[in-house]
Amino acid sequence: MFPANVSTLNTYNDLYPDWTQREVSTGTTIMAVEFEGGVVIGADSRTTTGAYIANRVTDKLTPIHERIFCCRSGSAADTQAIADAVTYQLGFHSIELDEAPLVQTAASLFREMCYRYREELMAGIIVAGWDPRRGGQVYTVPVGGMMTRQPVSVGGSGSSYIYGYVDSNYRAGMSKEECLKFTAEALALAMERDGSSGGVVRLAVISEQGVERQAILGNQLPKFSTV
Amino acid sequence: MASVSVCQYHSGGFSFENCKRNALLEADINKLGFSSPAARKTGTTICGVVYKDGVVLGADTRATEGMVVADKNCSKIHYISPNIYCCGAGTAADTEMTTQIISSNLELHSLSTGRLPRVTTANRMLKQMLFRYQGYIGAALVLGGVDCNGPHLYSIYPHGSTDKLPYVTMGSGSLAAMAVFEDRYRPNMEEEEAKRLVRDAIAAGIFNDLGSGSNIDLCVITKGNVDYLRPHDMANKKGVREDKVYGRPVTGSYRYKHGTTGVLTKAVTPLNLEVVEESVQTMDTS
Repeated sequence: MFPANVSTLNTYNDLYPDWTQREVSTGTTIMAVEFEGGVVIGADSRTTTGAYIANRVTDKLTPIHERIFCCRSGSAADTQAIADAVTYQLGFHSIELDEAPLVQTAASLFREMCYRYREELMAGIIVAGWDPRRGGQVYTVPVGGMMTRQPVSVGGSGSSYIYGYVDSNYRAGMSKEECLKFTAEALALAMERDGSSGGVVRLAVISEQGVERQAILGNQLPKFSTV
Repeated sequence: MASVSVCQYHSGGFSFENCKRNALLEADINKLGFSSPAARKTGTTICGVVYKDGVVLGADTRATEGMVVADKNCSKIHYISPNIYCCGAGTAADTEMTTQIISSNLELHSLSTGRLPRVTTANRMLKQMLFRYQGYIGAALVLGGVDCNGPHLYSIYPHGSTDKLPYVTMGSGSLAAMAVFEDRYRPNMEEEEAKRLVRDAIAAGIFNDLGSGSNIDLCVITKGNVDYLRPHDMANKKGVREDKVYGRPVTGSYRYKHGTTGVLTKAVTPLNLEVVEESVQTMDTS
């Protein structure tokens, strides 16, 4: 796919600075953790066009169905379009079945689209939710269109900085509160180090009871020693 | 699903072949030292704010063609439906046509549903069209309106991503305008305060960004009423030349009194012309 901004390479112009011509991307750090009875998902809230923050309070945790969410990273336009398409397809499928859809089904729909159009798209998505058959599940669909289930998954440009933290601090069998604390701290660390991640930490807990959402604002973020 | 073989180019969907060709041509032209003609862009500062009773949209009025001002008083706030208006930044033709297409489709949709159109419907139509064209339609929009669910404000980017926010700015002057918003925005403002805030944000863009200038247009949308204030503020009125200097009129008058220039010699040469042929051709008015 020919990149959309090639024609502007030779027309550098002070009148139209770089960020008026760059595509909007969710720089991002996203994360999802399974626990007994559900999943905890989290994301930062920064959307950038080049060096300008287009939206500092973005909601990257998008509902796909009542108890299935997706965390979006990559191109904002691509992920919004994919999420809208999958929401429609899953809603239709759910009505046909007359029962709640499986998280794996939602993840498969994402994978189908992301793989089929892999040359044209730039989207890294984490699908997470709760269904009556298999409980809380996290599936990751990174750039390229692979799909795999993981107990804990991180994504986005800020994820590189927290792989060590996640690998060393994750334990199987954590409680809901422990998962929330784990996610919030991991995201705070990534936001501290990654320029494309920042703003507030958005969290959501998806379980049989439904969805509880919360936001941790700047001054309430977990603090670590600053060297 | 039918399987597609690797060698077969997938049919259907928009073909971007010409975009590839154009990019190659542009690269070649630049190598030779020429430059391709610049599309007319609205350099622009546009913004919108949600206040207590509705939304206020604002825009400057300068349209540029490269480094030259093509239109000193263009209208950047476009009609979408009686309760929805849209400001456009980017390529002027793209914003104009895109808003007209969606306005037309929305009217048909509204007649079909029998209801006043919703802002989220206009947003979805715009984002799906812009995504379909993968960013080649250079339209960055601020969409605002009031419907049955209250006031709404969206920013829409050329690639098709949208953000729903209480205050947004777009265009080359968006940073200047956003600075004003971040300083003075409060939720649930009164109408006068909101209008003043939008006016000041656009003024910041006009005076600090080269791509924006001239006047400030405002559009105040409330439930059941739209105030299209064009111009709301003529921030850059053209000056008037001095009318009289030392009691003598100056402006454009080059008539001098008889005798200002003295006559030295006078020679008259008659030109005798013979009429050779005269013909009349009646106009065909059938």
